[in-house]
Amino acid sequence: MASAPTTARSRPSTYPVWFFLPAAIIYGALFLAPTFASLYFSLTRWTLFNSVFIGFENFAQFFREPFLIKGLINTVLYAVVTSTLKVVIGMGLALLLTSNIIARGYLRSVVFFPVLVSTVGVGITFTVLMHPTNGMINQGLALMGIKGPGWLTDPNLALFSVALVDVWKGVGLATVIYIAGLVAIPRDYYEAARIDGATSWQNFWHVTLPLSRPATATVITLSFIGGLRTFDLIWAMTKGGPGFASDTVASVIYKQYQAGFYGLSTAGNVVLFILIGILVVPLTMFLNRKQGHE
Amino acid sequence: MIFNLKSIALAGVGAIAVLLASGAAHAQSTTLTLLIDNGPQTVPVFEAYVAAFEAANPDINIELETRPGGGEGDNIVKTRLAAGAMADIFTYNSGSLFQAINPQQNMLPLTNEPWQADVQDSFKSVVTSGGEVYGAPYASAMGGGILYNIPMYKELGLTPPKTWDEFMANNEKIKAAGKVAVIQTYADTWTSQLFVLADYYNVSTAQPDFAEKYTAGEAKYATTPAAMQGFERLQQVHDAGYLNEDFGAATYNDGIRMVATGEGAHYPMLTFAVGAIEEIAPGTSGNVGFFAQPGNSADTNGLTTWMPDAVYIAKTVSNEEAAKKFLAYVASPAACEVRNATVEPTGPYLVKGCELPANLPPAVTDMLPYFADGGHNGPALEFLSPIKGPALEQITVEVGSGIRPAADGAALYDEDVRKQAQQLGLPGW
Repeated sequence: MASAPTTARSRPSTYPVWFFLPAAIIYGALFLAPTFASLYFSLTRWTLFNSVFIGFENFAQFFREPFLIKGLINTVLYAVVTSTLKVVIGMGLALLLTSNIIARGYLRSVVFFPVLVSTVGVGITFTVLMHPTNGMINQGLALMGIKGPGWLTDPNLALFSVALVDVWKGVGLATVIYIAGLVAIPRDYYEAARIDGATSWQNFWHVTLPLSRPATATVITLSFIGGLRTFDLIWAMTKGGPGFASDTVASVIYKQYQAGFYGLSTAGNVVLFILIGILVVPLTMFLNRKQGHE
Repeated sequence: MIFNLKSIALAGVGAIAVLLASGAAHAQSTTLTLLIDNGPQTVPVFEAYVAAFEAANPDINIELETRPGGGEGDNIVKTRLAAGAMADIFTYNSGSLFQAINPQQNMLPLTNEPWQADVQDSFKSVVTSGGEVYGAPYASAMGGGILYNIPMYKELGLTPPKTWDEFMANNEKIKAAGKVAVIQTYADTWTSQLFVLADYYNVSTAQPDFAEKYTAGEAKYATTPAAMQGFERLQQVHDAGYLNEDFGAATYNDGIRMVATGEGAHYPMLTFAVGAIEEIAPGTSGNVGFFAQPGNSADTNGLTTWMPDAVYIAKTVSNEEAAKKFLAYVASPAACEVRNATVEPTGPYLVKGCELPANLPPAVTDMLPYFADGGHNGPALEFLSPIKGPALEQITVEVGSGIRPAADGAALYDEDVRKQAQQLGLPGW
């Protein structure tokens, strides 16, 4: 190696090779080995005690799962709903919190606070609040003479109730990213726009929105991936129920694992991995496409 | 590199083993580990068992360790067995779940232990695999059926029904009186399965060979009218509007409180719930009675029974002799006495010489005639067949909430059963 031509690329490393070994061993043993093992086990019927090679039957079975198609639709729906709401509400809050309002610093921390709370704790709290008869939300609605729905027990509503809680919990992070994005927009643009006589709507539409594109891309990517692999909140609030109404791919996989179908759930994880790849790679490419032309 | 890692790991394990061994030698005694589920009726009982056992055997020291119940607990047990890291002694379900943890590979056979002579055959059959018996019972048998509120029955002049029509007639009267006829608690999804599972005695009277054919993949829920009835009954009570308003969000604890305090009349449940009444609604266990799930005919009405969990010894046990000694104690009348003093009994014992105490709660005395001469009882399907589909509780929530029709639910469950049978590697699937 030392005798190789001294281009920047092949210049010998400052550190000896054994320096990298600890990290390589940890990475290999805890990440690479399990990844390849899981690819193998997804092709077997595995009881933890022994495994039988069955080819692609697990994948066939996984796609035959009657709840899986619903789980797939729910997953994408959940990801779209939560990331859209986080973009819209996050942008709105960021505009509000970068303007000159009273107690701005305090309000910024209030918006961010839910991000810091444990997801399972939030889930359990909202499950209690959303109880159809004793929950505070429906009791509040009852005071106004409205009979509240079964937020988590109505099969048509359960998924969206969880999505709303997800937005409540996650919008703080989106807001912070937007605040950073908005503050980074040079004031010159606004001054130029004001000289041209732009209204505040035009200001927003033609200056703020296009120039906060990197922030939007970050928020969408983060919340979309988060939405696709969402599990903890759904499990804490509905366990995929009632029945299978709010099942997502992750909760379907978890249930297979819980039932002892280890090969099948491993196959499910491979499917989820590919699904996230298929949806997110083009999305990121699309969102970052014009970034160079800013 | 992997080889190196392995030898390092082995050296580490060796060092720990040496440390443990020397520790044990210093104490001049044997230490056993015991893994139990964290149920409110398991922990105090085992604490009392261990205290009594250690008093009688000062040279044996038992360390209790708890794990969650349900699916999470199943995974802990399976993972620890597969990794060879199981406690010396552990508790686990009997019946179909017991079959799924590979007893012949993971557990110590106990067929020739002298105390097995006193254990009832009905229990031995549900902890047997490949001709060997692996477990000892530490609790009493249970019944699956319907808990009812006795004061409400008295007030409305009702009698416990023997047929499904009588049951529905009672429900109608209760509803007409402006009360909740049937309590369902689907927030704890497992509670939704009772109308289907506790109907099995009725299935077996209509078709005695159902379990056998079901295991062989020849009989299906969706195509066997007697088996499908459980799903239909679950749907009927929902469609008739007999359920509590918050059935989708209520929990098991809510259900017990409601049936004990008269907020509702009927709660389909296993009789182990009787042990929890005093804790959840103190002073009300005298209000709760019990009857088997009503069937098509009063003459053949009988109880579907559940066998309790068992205590097993892992094959990796550190001291076989001491572990067997503890199991012999657990399966003895002396242990039953300790149990009686610790928790409320929930049904008849399975060990010869074990007696129930004198003042039993009514739900348990209501259960005894089914076990007496002339009474009818038979085990639930999960003790006759190794296959129980894991998604049943979600499917029964759907059927019981009117999301999915009974026939559809039964067909979906057949699919689930097929998957489980394949996982178990049964022939014919």
